[in-house]
Amino acid sequence: MKRLLLVLFALAAMPAAAALKVFATVPEWGALAREIGGDQVQVFTATTALQDAHHVDARPSLIARARSADLLIATGAELEIGWLPVVQRESGNPRIQSGQPGYFAAAAAVRLLDVPARLDRADGDVHAAGNPHIQTDPRNFLAVGEGLAARMAQLDPANAAAYRSGHAAFAERWRSQIKRWEAQAAPLKGVAVVSQHKAWPYLYDWLGMREVAALEPKPGVEPSLAHLALVRDQAVTSRPRMVIRAAYNSARPAEWFAKEAKVPAVVLPFTVGAPEAADLTALFETTVQRLLEGL
Amino acid sequence: MNHASIAVLAAFGLLASLPAVAADADLKALREEIAQMKKSYEQRIDALEKRLVDTEKQAIAVRSTAETAASQAQAAQATSMASRQPAAANAFNPEISVILSGMYNNTSQDPRHDPTGVAGRERRIQGLLPSGGEFNPEARAWNLGESELSISANIDPHFRGTFTAAISPANEIGVEEAYIQTLGLDNGIGIKAGRFFSGIGYVNEQHAHTWDFSDASLPYQAFFGPQLGYDGVQLKWVAPTELFLELGAEFGRALSFPANDGERNKNGLLSGSVFAHVGGDIGVANSWRAGASYFATKPHHRTYDDVDGSNTLVTNSFSGKSNTTVLDFVWKWAPEGNATERNFKFQSEWFRRHESGDLTYDVDGVGAPGGPLTDGFRSTQTGFYAQGVWQFMPAWRLGYRYDQLASADASVGLIDRGTLAAADLPILRDYTPKRSTAMVDWSPSEFSRIRLQYARDQTRPGVTDDQVWVHYIMSLGAHGAHKF
Repeated sequence: MKRLLLVLFALAAMPAAAALKVFATVPEWGALAREIGGDQVQVFTATTALQDAHHVDARPSLIARARSADLLIATGAELEIGWLPVVQRESGNPRIQSGQPGYFAAAAAVRLLDVPARLDRADGDVHAAGNPHIQTDPRNFLAVGEGLAARMAQLDPANAAAYRSGHAAFAERWRSQIKRWEAQAAPLKGVAVVSQHKAWPYLYDWLGMREVAALEPKPGVEPSLAHLALVRDQAVTSRPRMVIRAAYNSARPAEWFAKEAKVPAVVLPFTVGAPEAADLTALFETTVQRLLEGL
Repeated sequence: MNHASIAVLAAFGLLASLPAVAADADLKALREEIAQMKKSYEQRIDALEKRLVDTEKQAIAVRSTAETAASQAQAAQATSMASRQPAAANAFNPEISVILSGMYNNTSQDPRHDPTGVAGRERRIQGLLPSGGEFNPEARAWNLGESELSISANIDPHFRGTFTAAISPANEIGVEEAYIQTLGLDNGIGIKAGRFFSGIGYVNEQHAHTWDFSDASLPYQAFFGPQLGYDGVQLKWVAPTELFLELGAEFGRALSFPANDGERNKNGLLSGSVFAHVGGDIGVANSWRAGASYFATKPHHRTYDDVDGSNTLVTNSFSGKSNTTVLDFVWKWAPEGNATERNFKFQSEWFRRHESGDLTYDVDGVGAPGGPLTDGFRSTQTGFYAQGVWQFMPAWRLGYRYDQLASADASVGLIDRGTLAAADLPILRDYTPKRSTAMVDWSPSEFSRIRLQYARDQTRPGVTDDQVWVHYIMSLGAHGAHKF
């Protein structure tokens, strides 16, 4: 028993490994941290592209990883409200508590859309600060990346230069890619679409697309047959060109609507790690490609 | 008035006026200085006022630009963050939530009275010393469940506070939890102090509204009646490993059976527990947690009511040592780890309690054999439950639970030595209580749940109680974060 305790204390007292330990709640921020930090960071991602980051359990494995993290990157805007506070509190790690330099909320760096005019749960799963799905607009990665690089430099001053140059290289490449994607996506401007979940306001804002309806009657409420039929009937006049869902959404509502309204169902990766979205670049390559195929 | 006093007055008047005359030149200089200062301040104030007016004009201009921008943004069906909420003092309001619960119960047996005993004796599980805890359902037909008010917030960068009050259907307010916990300790250490649910086992720490069934499992009812709380302190440590390993220790005034610290008047630690939890993921689809816990207390004159051989109500008591061991396991599965559509949860806990000390029969001396009589008592009691809950489509779940208590392995000195007959301590007669429970529930959102539950309860000899619940549990207010 004594020996076990000694080993445990030795483990606890071990100096943190050279790399900055990053705990990212969702894959896109994990990927961005890797782009900026390169070999200087060791990234753990709490969820995958096939999971809904709003409905995750505060699993023991997450608490264990948060325990040793130097930097917690969350989306914020209440996306992780159902589980992240428990992980933070149970971790016994003061560095990643909200308000500390080790807590970085990506949503704080960008302009949020869909800020509700009134807060009432009768309106479904509304977020007081605005829609948290900011990663569907590539321009947001520039703002988030800038803040993130500064934060990483603050936490790990020894490698500050590396983070700054990592971010500069990423930002330059990203800007030229955004131009290319925007050029490719020109035909999508003004196109009317139906979304399964209100997860895409930033994407539509970027490409100038129009959301004419959502299959979910209220955000986070499963589509009912009655509501689906209503959206189908409205589609006669609103004439959407496609119905869009994320890879983690259930396939049935979008497929039902696609068949009924005779429009293609487009499955977008939503985040890094979904099929054909191995990294940030592939995420938007695939997104733009799938949308163009849907026309 | 005499001359002397007039002279004195005149002298005083002269004295009083003297310094004024002397300081006249100084005063003039001072007045000029003040006048200059006043002038310069007036100039400065004028300048400031002018700047203020300019700033206001600019602000109005900015606001109107912002408003134009906002209306443009609205036209584009997008709202910007420009209209942030004002940072008033009430922006520091804590997270407040209320749990509302109510049910309709249908039971084939009277839930309040014991059909196997004397009229007036409360319903209890046969074969072990009664825990005295609350048993659901409390009564037949319509019942209000416990209404729970919970308030929590970070106190400062170092502490967080949580307060939970439970209001019973009988209009009694109880402090369910009221604790502070540390936020700022490093190395995986966390300390909680105040009134809190013990970290032993798996379900013990969970509030009733998060349970998967409408009532506590039999072992929790029998061993902790039905939840172990402390007024004390808890220390937890999370190991710096990828495998989740958490060690914890608690000390304090234990608030429920098998302790009776509430009535104790002594210094010291009173009761204590230690626990260890390990857990992790297997692939993306599976996650698990297992734990072992140990609780030790020394109940002193812990009383319970029973009837003796002549059906007279008597009060008996136990004093001695009571140790409880709990092993728990929980496993969750969801395809690709995405629990929104379908998921499955299995959990099981095993309990063992060992008590040794003295049992006193009839402390008030009202029974037929004539008490009080005291002799040695040793008992080892085990029990377990296992349950599975299957969400087969969004919002809908099915669950089944089986729970059972083993017949106690007891040696009762009063009976073994022939002082009393077995019929004088009827609650200790051997029996194996068991129960099967099935439920289906519907949760249209994270905040509401309506459940239909059926239980076949065989916790009393010769009686099978068919119990049906229709139960709603809803929460309003802050979006709570739930534990694994």
